[in-house]
Amino acid sequence: MHIQLEDIRKYFGEVKANDGISLEFMPGNIYGVLGENGAGKTTLMKVLSGFHQPNQGTIKIDDAVIHFGSPADALDSGIGMIYQDPLDEPNMRVVENYVLGRSGMMAFDQKQAKRELNAIAESIGFEVNPREYIDTLSLGERQQLELIRLLSLGADLLILDEPTTGISADQKKLLFNSLQKLAHQDGKIVILVSHKLSEVQELCDHVYVLRRGKKVGEIELPTTKQELVDLMFEELPQRTERASHVKEQAMLELQNLHVADGRIAVGPLELEVRAGEVFGLAGLEGSGQQLLLRAVAGLEDIEEGKIFLDKLDITRFSYHRRKDAGVAYMPAGRLEAGLVAGLDLVEHFVLAEPQEGFVIQRERYQQLTKKRIEEYKIVGQPSSNVEELSGGNQQRAQLALLRKPARLVLLEHPTRGLDVRSAEWIWQRLFERVAGGTAIVFYSADLDEIVERSDRIAAFSGGRMSRIVRADQTTTDELGHMIGGEI
Amino acid sequence: MNELEWVRVLASIVLQATPLMIAVCGETITERAGIVNLSLDGTMLLAAMTGFVAGLLTGSVWLGFLAAALIGGLFASILAFSAIRLRKDQFAVGFVLTLLGEELSAFLGQNYSRIPGESVTHWGIPILKDIPILGRIFFDHDPVVYFAYVLVGFTWWWIFRTQAGLRLRSAGDRPETGFARGVDIQRLRYVYTIVGGALVGIAGAAYSLDIKLGWSEGHTRGLGWIALAIVIFGGWSPIRGALGALLFGASKALATVLQRRFPEVSVVAFNATPWVLMIAVLMLVGSDLSERLIVLAPERYRSRLRHVLRVSAPNALGKPFSPGASGEG
Amino acid sequence: MTGRIWLRRLWPLAPIIGSLAITSGLLLLFGVSPFEGFGALIQGAFGTQAKVLSVAAFWVPLTLAATGLVVAFTAGLWNIGVEGQIVMGAVAASWLALRFDAPRPILLAAEILIAMAAGALWAGLTALLKTRGGVHEIFGGLALNNVAIILTNFLISGPWQPPEGGTFRGTVPFPDKALFPLLGESRLSPLSVLLTIVAVAAVYFILRGTYWGLKLDALGRNPRSAFLLGVSSEREVVFAMMFCGALAGLGGAVRVLSWFDSLRQSISGGIGFLALLVVMLALFRVILVPFIAFFFSAVLNGSISLQLRTQLHSSLGGILTSVLVLLVLLFGDYRRLGLFGAREGETLADE
Repeated sequence: MHIQLEDIRKYFGEVKANDGISLEFMPGNIYGVLGENGAGKTTLMKVLSGFHQPNQGTIKIDDAVIHFGSPADALDSGIGMIYQDPLDEPNMRVVENYVLGRSGMMAFDQKQAKRELNAIAESIGFEVNPREYIDTLSLGERQQLELIRLLSLGADLLILDEPTTGISADQKKLLFNSLQKLAHQDGKIVILVSHKLSEVQELCDHVYVLRRGKKVGEIELPTTKQELVDLMFEELPQRTERASHVKEQAMLELQNLHVADGRIAVGPLELEVRAGEVFGLAGLEGSGQQLLLRAVAGLEDIEEGKIFLDKLDITRFSYHRRKDAGVAYMPAGRLEAGLVAGLDLVEHFVLAEPQEGFVIQRERYQQLTKKRIEEYKIVGQPSSNVEELSGGNQQRAQLALLRKPARLVLLEHPTRGLDVRSAEWIWQRLFERVAGGTAIVFYSADLDEIVERSDRIAAFSGGRMSRIVRADQTTTDELGHMIGGEI
Repeated sequence: MNELEWVRVLASIVLQATPLMIAVCGETITERAGIVNLSLDGTMLLAAMTGFVAGLLTGSVWLGFLAAALIGGLFASILAFSAIRLRKDQFAVGFVLTLLGEELSAFLGQNYSRIPGESVTHWGIPILKDIPILGRIFFDHDPVVYFAYVLVGFTWWWIFRTQAGLRLRSAGDRPETGFARGVDIQRLRYVYTIVGGALVGIAGAAYSLDIKLGWSEGHTRGLGWIALAIVIFGGWSPIRGALGALLFGASKALATVLQRRFPEVSVVAFNATPWVLMIAVLMLVGSDLSERLIVLAPERYRSRLRHVLRVSAPNALGKPFSPGASGEG
Repeated sequence: MTGRIWLRRLWPLAPIIGSLAITSGLLLLFGVSPFEGFGALIQGAFGTQAKVLSVAAFWVPLTLAATGLVVAFTAGLWNIGVEGQIVMGAVAASWLALRFDAPRPILLAAEILIAMAAGALWAGLTALLKTRGGVHEIFGGLALNNVAIILTNFLISGPWQPPEGGTFRGTVPFPDKALFPLLGESRLSPLSVLLTIVAVAAVYFILRGTYWGLKLDALGRNPRSAFLLGVSSEREVVFAMMFCGALAGLGGAVRVLSWFDSLRQSISGGIGFLALLVVMLALFRVILVPFIAFFFSAVLNGSISLQLRTQLHSSLGGILTSVLVLLVLLFGDYRRLGLFGAREGETLADE
């Protein structure tokens, strides 16, 4: 089976996720698709696997143009994709999840299904327990099951999206062994979407590199990491000089921090952020940056370790208590988490600011809201409901809602959806806080932003934090390696 | 109380629990598909009245059941339409329907109150009914009771042992997955909600044509709500639900019996027991209480206890589903 | 094009027309002309002064309960247990009425306070079952409703039974000075009307003008965002429920001390559930509650007359109101129906 993607274009409104990409895949090979945040890798794979329909461009199998209306169509043609969060059923047993979707109404043969399941599992080196419930399994195990299921349905092309994030080292070894067997022995095509350079080097035969929706290069392996980094990251613009406000005292201190959610585990982590410092977290989405920020904000349970805010031990403090102690957190969510659709701007400020008495002094908050609207250049009235604002203005509103003064500001994607000038304006407001001694820790999908705005930077990959570098001394190269998994 | 009396009490518990068992099966499949039908109480009232009147007017008990099933399906289809197509709050619509059902039953049934009508004829299963003790308790009733047994078994088999059952479960648990595997989630939800409603209708008629013969205002009041609670208690599984229905009936019967034995203890305590029991069980299910109790047990039993006590609500229960509403990566 | 605009403007009338049509259909089914039927309904509600006062007296506890429910709904809570809270308020007031002797003003004030406290505690119990026990407030409320009724029946047939023996109708009547002063021969207590107006105004003010009201609003709309903005959900849930319970309990006191003169079996009379409908029809806005409640009260009281006049069961009134609420719930929001060209999210250009 020989697959060709020709000039694939996929747009989401204004965003050109895939801007004319052409790739080719031959049986018996393992391909890597590399790229930074927003390069378009996942979108392209979703097009290939039938989840999205391209706006333009064609998919060809063995020189015949084919059109997929759904992932089921693609699977009929032998193409299957395993998502970062595999699409399975938490309340079913392994064998039931395996069988779901097959045609027929009546009893399904449990014994037969179990035998099939075990046979395929064994052939690629996995161990499965058919009677376990899906929601008791680890992410790695769920991935394995999805791989087995796709194989049982005749998949000849397997796409894995960031498969090694959140699985143990043993599971990774198992996975890689099975992938190698599937490709090199069984003649299937395996596509690995990843940002981890060492893994790509270990596993892949051929690599495509995407950047900003286009293919910028392809390489046969083996090759050096340097070559990959050079292709993945374009040269960063010169970082503008700015005054440093970094003080001596430590505003945030993390000691031996261990935190985990369902997907990823971070730690042990040691970190110190000074007052007046901007600390940037680079790395691919879902590598642990968000988990860390949430843990510091008080939204995730810490398994081990301590958190200090300006010498105060806030490890046991609840989210609200930390807020009162001076930790301001801005989530990435907007309307899902952070803003309340149905309430207007004034009402948001009433809630965000510390309460005074029982009765709301509307006038006071009206004034405050007007001031903040001006300050953050929000296009809207105090009486505008937040859901009426554009995405960019919602972003500004979220920033404006952060309490002032705050000692520590935690930001997720601070300037997402904003144009260059607006982003500049916002950062000027943030630097005003920094000048007053506030520490900022943020992460962003935009590496440029991280380098430009931070004093120091660390990169996350698979839950592990790299060494810390100074923003004014680091190079694209160095960052590329760090993001690619080099600690 | 001697043995004969015990047997009689237990047999009556089984009989009384029958409508609940049927209703629980109906609501279980509806909720497994992801829809909550809060209108059960009103539906059962209206269906009980309709079943009785239809039976009276046609002289056939079975036509009465049919009419009741149609009524149940009709109400459920209103709920299904508003939940699936209009995406309205299922609780709100279900609640209004429950009150409407009650009012309609009172109004439309006003000329048929407290008059005799058709009833299901007794038919003990030959041979089985002669088994000592158990025979009298389980197999010496009428076809409606046996239907309930079969229904419980069939529903369980359908949900847990068939392909169709897997699809049903996917709709209520994680519809995105079902959808990706080719399941028509919306259509499935319609079907199971309406079928579930029809079963609830049959349950209502089972009351007026079998258990508490006849019709009067508020005939089955309260049963629908109890059925909703038992679905949760039963962990959305028909067999456990049936056990819950029996347990609830037993606790009421026990209360009556114990009351006679200990007349000095307040009647409030005994009558309130079933409700306190319901709360206690829901607490077990809804909080981590069960986990805390499990760790008290010896290590080797824990895993099995967990499997048995495992109650997981369908994760997408009550939430409207939009195919293809996925964001970007 | 203008046809469409007219259709849009008139659309809010559609549920009203629909429910009238269905009710008329039922009347015809039983051989009664709609004119006669609706005429009897209106006569029954407004025909004489006594009847109007009766409508007003029924309106009081209904409005109190519905006003409380607006607070609960604002916080996103389904307080089905409001029936039980009304009952417990009545029980508490009854206890005081039968057990205590004091000058009338003091007695009345104490009855009011204890009824509100009882309702609040009963609701608080439901709230704790939810926050600590993971029991959904629908089932917690349901169970407690039944327990409250069981308790009532016990009191009526036992310790508080009238001297001629337990009749299951009601307890021994309360001494006159324990009862609310009534207007003339009616069952209307001017004091309770005053309290109701105060309650509505208070809730209006609380929801619009206080931090607490805004917190509840945020909580009901988006619990996650509300939490991030600083709203502590467990505490607010309990307080919102207790507030609702207090007003419901007050409604119970009004029932038992003015509408009746003793604790009865059907002391709440389904007012709790009706109040839920009132709130839904009032689109969850407290300002509309008194008017919608009046409408409900008129229809329901009128339908008793309807029964006397036409021999038709009084539940017809309940059918009219329930169908109206159902149609409003289903079809009231025409924008989202896609009927007139607008689809979800799209704004209508020429409104």
